[in-house]
Amino acid sequence: MSATAGRSGAERAGGAVVTDAYEMVVGLEVHVQLKTRTKAFCNCSTDFGAPPNSNTCPVCLALPGTLPVLNARAVELATRAAIGLECEVHTTSIFARKNYFYPDLPKGYQISQFDRPLATGGCLRIGTTAAGAPIAVGITRVHMEEDAGKSIHDRFAEATAIDLNRSGVPLIEIVSEPDMRSAAEAGAYLRTLKQLLEYLDVSDVSMEEGSLRVDANVSARPRGETKLGTKTEVKNMNSFSGVERALEAEFRRQCGVLARGGTVEQQTMLWDGARGEVRPARSKEGSHDYRYFPEPDLPPLVLKDEWVARIRKELPELPAARRERFAADYALGEYDVQELTASPAIGEYFEGVARQHGDAKAAANWVMGEVRAALNAGGVGIDQFRVRPADLARLLDLVRDGQVSHSAAKRIFAIMVQTGDRPEQVAEREGLLQEGDDAALAGWIDEVLSENPAEALRYKNGERKLQGFLVGLVMKKSKGRADPKRVNQLLAARAGA
Amino acid sequence: MSVDFAAMSAAHLRDAVAANEVEPGAAVRGSFARSGAVGAGRDGLNAIIWADAARSTREADALAERVNQAQGSRAPHGSGRELLGVPVAVKDNIATLELPTTCGSHILEGYVSPFEATVVSRLRRAGAVVVGKTNMDEFAMGSSTEHSAYGPTHNPLDPTRVPGGSSGGSAAAVAAGVVRIALGSETGGSVRQPAAFCGVVGVKPTYGRVSRYGLVAFASSLDQVGVFGASVDDAALAMEVLAGLDPLDATSADVPVAPYRATAHESVEGLVVGRPKEYFPESLPPRMRERCDRALAALEAQGAVVREVSLPHTDLAIPVYYIVAPAEASSNLARFDGVRYGLRVQGDGLRGMYEATRSAGFGPEVTRRILLGTYVLSAGYYDAYYKKAQEVRGLLAGDFAAVFGSGVDVLFTPTTPTPAFRIGAVSDPYEMYLNDIFTATANLVGVPAMSVPVGRIDGLPVGGQLMAPHFREDVMFRAAYALERALGEEAHR
Repeated sequence: MSATAGRSGAERAGGAVVTDAYEMVVGLEVHVQLKTRTKAFCNCSTDFGAPPNSNTCPVCLALPGTLPVLNARAVELATRAAIGLECEVHTTSIFARKNYFYPDLPKGYQISQFDRPLATGGCLRIGTTAAGAPIAVGITRVHMEEDAGKSIHDRFAEATAIDLNRSGVPLIEIVSEPDMRSAAEAGAYLRTLKQLLEYLDVSDVSMEEGSLRVDANVSARPRGETKLGTKTEVKNMNSFSGVERALEAEFRRQCGVLARGGTVEQQTMLWDGARGEVRPARSKEGSHDYRYFPEPDLPPLVLKDEWVARIRKELPELPAARRERFAADYALGEYDVQELTASPAIGEYFEGVARQHGDAKAAANWVMGEVRAALNAGGVGIDQFRVRPADLARLLDLVRDGQVSHSAAKRIFAIMVQTGDRPEQVAEREGLLQEGDDAALAGWIDEVLSENPAEALRYKNGERKLQGFLVGLVMKKSKGRADPKRVNQLLAARAGA
Repeated sequence: MSVDFAAMSAAHLRDAVAANEVEPGAAVRGSFARSGAVGAGRDGLNAIIWADAARSTREADALAERVNQAQGSRAPHGSGRELLGVPVAVKDNIATLELPTTCGSHILEGYVSPFEATVVSRLRRAGAVVVGKTNMDEFAMGSSTEHSAYGPTHNPLDPTRVPGGSSGGSAAAVAAGVVRIALGSETGGSVRQPAAFCGVVGVKPTYGRVSRYGLVAFASSLDQVGVFGASVDDAALAMEVLAGLDPLDATSADVPVAPYRATAHESVEGLVVGRPKEYFPESLPPRMRERCDRALAALEAQGAVVREVSLPHTDLAIPVYYIVAPAEASSNLARFDGVRYGLRVQGDGLRGMYEATRSAGFGPEVTRRILLGTYVLSAGYYDAYYKKAQEVRGLLAGDFAAVFGSGVDVLFTPTTPTPAFRIGAVSDPYEMYLNDIFTATANLVGVPAMSVPVGRIDGLPVGGQLMAPHFREDVMFRAAYALERALGEEAHR
């Protein structure tokens, strides 16, 4: 990834003059829902979109007498994420209770990790500066916790509804160091993180479905200053671009305060995407005393070194490695590599086609062209795409071998997208296979020449410009199936004879 | 049939039921009859606060099927007949289906659990029938069963006195002959102390030995389901059914369960019994000391070796306990917020509803402990109180490890500093807390402990306490059987 994260103040969108004197400092807290079938501490389903309170049981409803039992799969996914973020995974970590009262928090505490998190001290490389210097954002910690339920304030008049389907869903919180210096860098961090987590296959990382949530800590300081300014926490963003816009807005606000000689108050700000502004949250979250203490219902989480080593060994190929490999193995340019590694699925699809078909460039062109267009048009993910890589590879084989024309291939592909049929079947059914057999071609040529005796004569007498006209008639007679290259050759041979 | 079921041990009863000599419903009917005769219910001793005789009797009669399967076979472990037809009482903080589970609190008035505690499932799988839920200090906070929203329980041996607590209802139900086996729960002595006050056997297993799933949490790192028995054998039989790993409780231990009753007739020849001097302070009433020393002498007469030992950090147990337990309680009781179940009192907005509900729902002792626990966990106090207390807990554990590591098999102490006191006599909370002075250590350290009757003072029972290393309930029961055998009728004189 190159220059996605500019560092000069002049590059910032909407930079009013006053902001140029200040530098933005950003750290991000990202909550990621782990891709488990069941919740963190009970066997309820984690399915998104189920009817309210249907994915609940005595444990996640916090009925009296219930106890949590840790989901081993959640530990595995959290560990995989921590390793992918180059953290040190601690063989002993401790769950802690974070105590606060809220109606969608049924136990009155959230099971989280506090002073002994799963992993600390990682790093995420988010690209390079305009000058080409790499930007590495430090990862302070990765810890496991459970989600709360959802309070729904707009469904019933004068009442708040509670949906506890999310209660107990396993999360990791990924806390970064305050290493980002612009909204663009924050955006690059989030996009890189999302891509990494997709590659690690630990989460659906969908902000729409709430499986990835971002809180931003942001402060402003005079350029050249090395001490951090007072930060605020910005919440309520529901897209990466929303995060960038919220950071810009909050930074401008802070710069304004500082420029007037004021001091920034440490508080929580809420982003209002519709109005494009931030405003202070009503309750002062910073004043909470969560009374953390070790969760007595769960023993310390002890991971065996060999187990962690196995997770590390079985880590899937990560984006950087895949980019390098694609460039080397398939001789693809930088643009193609970026596009074909954007998500793990598209890369796997491309490789499936390229490996079987052999011509990587053709495979790349088709995947980035026809396949992507069809996916966009159909609104489906590549996982559900009806044209499987092997079928596309066979279609490309047909083109290469001259059995279908390039334009016929596009028609065949369009039908495959609809039906999922194999390319040979479609080509045959639709009569799009090219006729390369000389006898059949000679038959059509004979017919055309005898039906157009004047032109035939002129052509034979050396009027070569008629060749295109005659080939066109042969193609028409063959209903497009004739191989035009061969027809040309055969006609030329007759003229020369 | 005029069988005196109260005089029949649980093992004897289930054998008789399995052999088709006694109908499976007979003992359960007998239990309800006895309950009526002694007035165990709300307008009498107030030991049993929730019961449904018709339902329990139906359940017992339905056991006839298992009797038929039992023909021709003895009742082996896991047979579903270990407690066939045996009536049991269950403390009101252990989840049962159909009967309420209120923890002796207004805040859970009318609450019926949709699931059953693992211990109750195990009892029922073994053929036992729950005949009632027993009274307790609210949320198990107390040592007298006076702090129940449903009124105090009276000691069957002297109704002007407390039965001890917090599991006073279960202790009283066993002492009154309503059941031979009852479940209680322990956090700092809540089974052993009432067992001592009521002259019955009370067992606090090793932390992790018995599942806590379905036990409404008070202080999770100390809580353990315990059992009362009319005799050592009744308690040992129940423990064989209750003990073992439960996948629903992450703190339950995967340690094999010994056949505790197999030790019933084993000799204590050569068994080293430690007598920790800190548990026999100058302030111990002479007659308490005398009953305990008589018990030690009885063990010695059977071949045991009594050795003076020291557990030097004992005096720190109560202060540590009253930091750790309220801290965990303040968090565990947060779920009683009026949102999903139990009492809800409307107030001004969300905060107003919380305050009104919790103020109306919790009694003064529970409120006191929530406040105390909230305080010790607060920012700026955590290190000075909770963290420090956990460090001292480590010292206490070190005391026990050193003594058990020095060749001591089991410890013997008084269970309580005094016999049962009069209802209303102890009004100072701190004085009440001192009732746990000899019992709280076992909870803080996690070792198994039990109280067995060792005599009486002016007609009031005195309990002797046995403590063993982690998961050595077998050794503890061996000593208890020997003590019961050696003392004979002396235990109740």
